[in-house]
Amino acid sequence: MKRRLILWAPLIVFALFVVVVAVGLYAPADRAIQSQLIGQPVPEFALAPALPGRPGLSSSDFRRGEPRVVNIFASWCIPCRAEAPQLAELERRGVPIDGIAVRDRPQDLLAFLAAWGDPFRTIGADNDRRVQLELGSAGVPETFVIDGNGIIRHQHIGAINPQDVPAIIAAYEAAR
Amino acid sequence: MIAEGGLAALWLAAALSLLQLFLGAAALRPGGETLLRIVRPVAVAQGVLAAVAFLALIWLFLRTDLSVELVAANSHSAKPWLYKFAGAWGNHEGSMLLWITILAVAGAAVALLERRLRQDTLIATLAAQAAIGLGFYVFLLFASNPFTRLSPTPVEGNGLNPLLQDPGLAFHPPTLYFGYVGISIAFSFAVGALVTRDVGPAFARAMRPWVLAAWIFLTLGITAGSYWAYYELGWGGWWFWDPVENASLMPWLAATALLHSVTVLATRDGLRAWTVMLAVVAFSMSMIGTFLVRSGILTSVHAFAVDPQRGAFILVLLLFYIGGALALFGLRIGTVKEGSRFDFVSREGALVVNNLLLSAILGIVFVGTLYPLAVEAVTGEKLSVGPPYFNSAAGPIALLLVTVMGMGALLRWRRDDLGALVRRIAVPILICAAALLLVVLLAPGIGVLPLLGLTLAAGVGAASLAPLWKRNLRRTPLFIWGMVVAHFGIAVSLAGMASESAFTRETLVAAQPGQVMNVGPWSVRFAGVEPVAGPNWTAIEARLTARRGGGGSFELRPQARMFSSPPTPTSEAAIATVWNGQLYVAIGEPDEQGRWQLRLWWKPWVTLIWLGGGLVALGGLLALIGRLRREHRIPARTEEAIA
Repeated sequence: MKRRLILWAPLIVFALFVVVVAVGLYAPADRAIQSQLIGQPVPEFALAPALPGRPGLSSSDFRRGEPRVVNIFASWCIPCRAEAPQLAELERRGVPIDGIAVRDRPQDLLAFLAAWGDPFRTIGADNDRRVQLELGSAGVPETFVIDGNGIIRHQHIGAINPQDVPAIIAAYEAAR
Repeated sequence: MIAEGGLAALWLAAALSLLQLFLGAAALRPGGETLLRIVRPVAVAQGVLAAVAFLALIWLFLRTDLSVELVAANSHSAKPWLYKFAGAWGNHEGSMLLWITILAVAGAAVALLERRLRQDTLIATLAAQAAIGLGFYVFLLFASNPFTRLSPTPVEGNGLNPLLQDPGLAFHPPTLYFGYVGISIAFSFAVGALVTRDVGPAFARAMRPWVLAAWIFLTLGITAGSYWAYYELGWGGWWFWDPVENASLMPWLAATALLHSVTVLATRDGLRAWTVMLAVVAFSMSMIGTFLVRSGILTSVHAFAVDPQRGAFILVLLLFYIGGALALFGLRIGTVKEGSRFDFVSREGALVVNNLLLSAILGIVFVGTLYPLAVEAVTGEKLSVGPPYFNSAAGPIALLLVTVMGMGALLRWRRDDLGALVRRIAVPILICAAALLLVVLLAPGIGVLPLLGLTLAAGVGAASLAPLWKRNLRRTPLFIWGMVVAHFGIAVSLAGMASESAFTRETLVAAQPGQVMNVGPWSVRFAGVEPVAGPNWTAIEARLTARRGGGGSFELRPQARMFSSPPTPTSEAAIATVWNGQLYVAIGEPDEQGRWQLRLWWKPWVTLIWLGGGLVALGGLLALIGRLRREHRIPARTEEAIA
């Protein structure tokens, strides 16, 4: 009897496959993807300072009761230059910004900050992209709003354009 | 007229497949054997007609006949002729026509060439092949007609996706399809043998060359596809675990397992049920892959047509074919006599382990590819499964598989002794240990998987050559050479993969003209950019000079291309191949200060990955020629003996 059952197992697996894809085929084709990490705590990490004389960034920094904005960027990333004025605008409005520099070198970073402005309170060096991936970020730039308990409240994928600034400020205010 | 002619050929081919199916069914009744003489020519005619329809489509594309909807939507008069030609299968309808053409031509080849299979099994096989064909003809004629006319005729066509405008890619799909669809013959053989209860060594010997031939094409197609993605997509990677890559890998895994189990069945009359199962699974994976790609159900770079109606149509076909074959398997295989038994420590035992490990990898890839769909169906959540899952789940099993491969070829059939095996692999084990020591000393701190990969590649490379030791090389049969070359190719490829993942050096910079960058042992000077133009594109071309140590320098010219019809940007990486690796450069965006984003990679020994893939295919070819020559000689001798 047991042997019999094994003979039918492939058919059963195939039937499961058909059910799954039939559901998928007629499911509404909504391809917009929301971050899985919204509402989740920031993953544990501790990044060394990317520049001498400025603090690095670790996950414990996010549990001090005040919301923060984390910007993932790199000196080699061209869209990061385009969003620099918007980051400066956020800083001017009193939003604290922490930076995570992905695969970067201090001398390149210094040149980048000198040329495009420096809104960052802290900059952590993510040399192997591990923290970037753990945050669920696929590319640079990306921006996260994190509340005072270390819970991720908002994710912005790609460069922040001028019209995106209100949404980020709103998310920051809501996280207070 | 050409379009109407192609359409008529397609209808006729469909009608013949229906006839072939009925004749086949009738021939299986007692006294119906004489019908075989009719079934063979019908199968051949069906193949010829399908090929005529396909040639008609190519002709329409070469002439850029814009009154045909498909041509207008996918071609352009200003395209180089090679891409007009390749454009015939660079779209949904055309690629399905190519699919069915290969299916029909493969069936015709069986009808013409197959002389060893029992007559009734051959008829059942041809009927099964016709049944598959019939469903896909209906799909093509009613849901994806490639010959639909367009009125009024547009002045110009839309052009072909520029990513596909590459000589490598022009021939990648047909190669892959020959393997992908060619493996349908194994499926039809299995169904035929189940119908006539003819599962045995003779059946396996008849099936083996067909499986080998399809497998060679699959291997070549996957290798070429991997190289194409490597240089055309400009991400510096050679395998992305994209659903479509997985769709081509899954039939390859099943076909590789089948290739080995069919040898056990042919040589030792073992693994009867298992071999039939694998033959069904291999082509089922091809059909499932076709479904996943054509329905656009999985988001992928390859999905050019997203249409739930078409997806549902193919799904119904799958239900019939795969469901039917698996049900037939469940009903019939219990009545097939169990094959002969063997010891665990034996060539058969090693091949069983090989089969189980290959199936495990197949399962991992299958689950990983479909998991996002299953989760979405159950919880509505969206997620994607990425390389970390596939690498960490399939990687260790693949390493184990390669180890068993190195030992298996040195085992005797039926029964062997562990002590003797250890003596035979003593030298490879020593080489393994030496390689381990060398890598740990010279390159401390590389990951565990690459370290194991490099070590095993050395040992298994040596072990795969071991079957040639103490043999007279001239008198060694060609199929033994085939096995040795293919296994050695796997070791070569493994060495390339491990080296690529352990030693790749990457530099990302925004560079000013005149700037010098370092990557690995290279120093690369960025001279500047200049505009260039091709037949249907313009590009910004960067000029870089690379130099290593005190050696001579050479130039690299990566491009950021803009195609004119349709307007699409693509990246053409510049790749310099030297004896021990490749220097890979891609150009990105400029900034306002005249700096350019450049990515440079130094990838030591990366070329071994594809060289190994080529060796594997070459090994398959040698084995195929060797088997065919031997089969040819044996009947000749028997006939002489009778005379």
